[in-house]
Amino acid sequence: MTTLSYAVSDSATMLRRNLKHALRYPSMTVSVVAMPVLMLLLFNYVFGGALGTGIGGAAKGGAGYIDYVAPGIILMAATSGAVSIAVGVCVDKTEGIVNRFRTMAISRASFLTGHVVGGVIQTMVSIAFVIGVALLMGFRPDATPVEWLAAIGLLALLTLALTWLSAAIGLVAKTPETASNIPMPLTFLPFLGSAIVPPESMPTGLRWFAEYQPFTPVIETLRGLLTGTAIGDSALIAVAWCAGLTLVGYLWARAVFRRGATR
Amino acid sequence: MTVTTGPTTPTAAATATRPPAITATGLAKSYGDKVVLDGIDLRIPEGTVFALLGPNGAGKTTTVQILSTLIPATAGEARVAGHDVTRDADAVRAAIGVTGQFSAVDNLLTARENLLLMADLHHLDRREGRRRATDLLRRFELTEVAAKPVVTFSGGMRRKLDLAMTLVGDPRVIFLDEPTTGLDPRSRRTMWEIIRGLVTDDGVTIFLTTQYLEEADQLADRIAVLDHGKLVAEGTAEELKRRIPGSHVRLQFADADGLAAAAALFGAGTRDSEALALHLPGDGSIPALRAVLDALDAASVRAESLTVHTPDLDDVFLTLTGQPRPGHPAGSPSTSNSSNSSKENAR
Repeated sequence: MTTLSYAVSDSATMLRRNLKHALRYPSMTVSVVAMPVLMLLLFNYVFGGALGTGIGGAAKGGAGYIDYVAPGIILMAATSGAVSIAVGVCVDKTEGIVNRFRTMAISRASFLTGHVVGGVIQTMVSIAFVIGVALLMGFRPDATPVEWLAAIGLLALLTLALTWLSAAIGLVAKTPETASNIPMPLTFLPFLGSAIVPPESMPTGLRWFAEYQPFTPVIETLRGLLTGTAIGDSALIAVAWCAGLTLVGYLWARAVFRRGATR
Repeated sequence: MTVTTGPTTPTAAATATRPPAITATGLAKSYGDKVVLDGIDLRIPEGTVFALLGPNGAGKTTTVQILSTLIPATAGEARVAGHDVTRDADAVRAAIGVTGQFSAVDNLLTARENLLLMADLHHLDRREGRRRATDLLRRFELTEVAAKPVVTFSGGMRRKLDLAMTLVGDPRVIFLDEPTTGLDPRSRRTMWEIIRGLVTDDGVTIFLTTQYLEEADQLADRIAVLDHGKLVAEGTAEELKRRIPGSHVRLQFADADGLAAAAALFGAGTRDSEALALHLPGDGSIPALRAVLDALDAASVRAESLTVHTPDLDDVFLTLTGQPRPGHPAGSPSTSNSSNSSKENAR
């Protein structure tokens, strides 16, 4: 076999291993899905009435606030999925199996590739589940099939970026506990963007942050694709952020992995 | 030669002529100012067992990590199975198997799945992979627990599975980093049997690190003693034992004054100030003991107790590394050891 086909088959082996973990021990996947679902319930049924009235223009008609908040919370499934990748990578590292892989004549890239591809698949499944719950709760997107495809593509791109970042975090973290704590700010960041309320309603400093942080353009693009609000140049900025973060995460993870034995 | 006692390979004379499986020249590793490995030379013939003996923090694990391509050396060269560890790392990796001191198994998979994972990574075809997994499970008496997740395994079973995983790729050179540390005596003996079997049945070369002289004595053709990153002695178990004093006399004192007086009196010997004890080289014969007691009496130095020690690992460390073995009640670990001991004692 050639080097490339080894790289592909080794990565596939690693991917199978990660998916087997996910299927056999679904608790991590459940917790990934639980967070956004709880948020959805909380923000729709508890805060939804008040927030929907406050936002006003953004939520017209009977469905109301859920159409505003659902895209933002669907995106949270991507951030909470990132945490599980960091933990998975770190567990492998601390249990010594990474060092075993390193002493074998296998493709260097396969370990991280397996984790990242597995992580993206897992997170996309979680996202599909959260979208399903949102639909059940009355989320009524008016997206065309092409817009759906674009929305899913954007979510996949964001997931890829967050997964590479988390893989690097998992390699850097000393313990799995730390690995699960470091990406926590990521899960909080959408709140400081336009996920729950429009940034226009925030105080100046926070509004400035909300408008320029990476999640806001992603949320705005997603909302535009799914519910037909204005997208403007958000789409371009969103894709640029995702591509940039993917590159940073990839280079970072690769550099840490190459640095040698991690203990 | 029997299989159950002593090294398993023919004679030292026969092994010396074989081509080397591992060679190292001036191998060194430092992290910033901290020198972990201070230029070691190795030549290990094919089909032999080599033991690297040393206290915690001596650099044993670092040596294994360099030779198994995990970390680069700061200086020096090493060849394993005929390939340079830095320039031709993948060729080295294809020829070796490594079982570290932390069992590198996948806890979430079953024992069989762990072995099949290794088979896949060695690019064995499916049937061959299954055959090897079944063989190894039988050989390591893990067949009954093959379908259980590894997370439920005891330390001994885990270590066996770890070694079985190392063997899936049919390595020619096997690195075992403290393979029995933390195991109960029974599991330790089982592990020794397995390691002996590898050499007699498969003819592999084994590079073993250990803290236990007994283990090196049981398994190895040649032993090297590593201390503070330097090889301080090398030879067969017999040769090393000859370098250890036959025995020593240990005098225990009630206070530091007594110890100081006795130390001045005898000149020779090693002081253990913390334990208020003086170790005098000597064979423990009646005339020698009488001479010691007479000398104490004549100088009116009062010793609390006297004990005669026959040689053991503590004496090897005392003699060859110039320090009591860390963790031994009579000695206290030196500072350079304690900085690293948490790593090696973690499990």
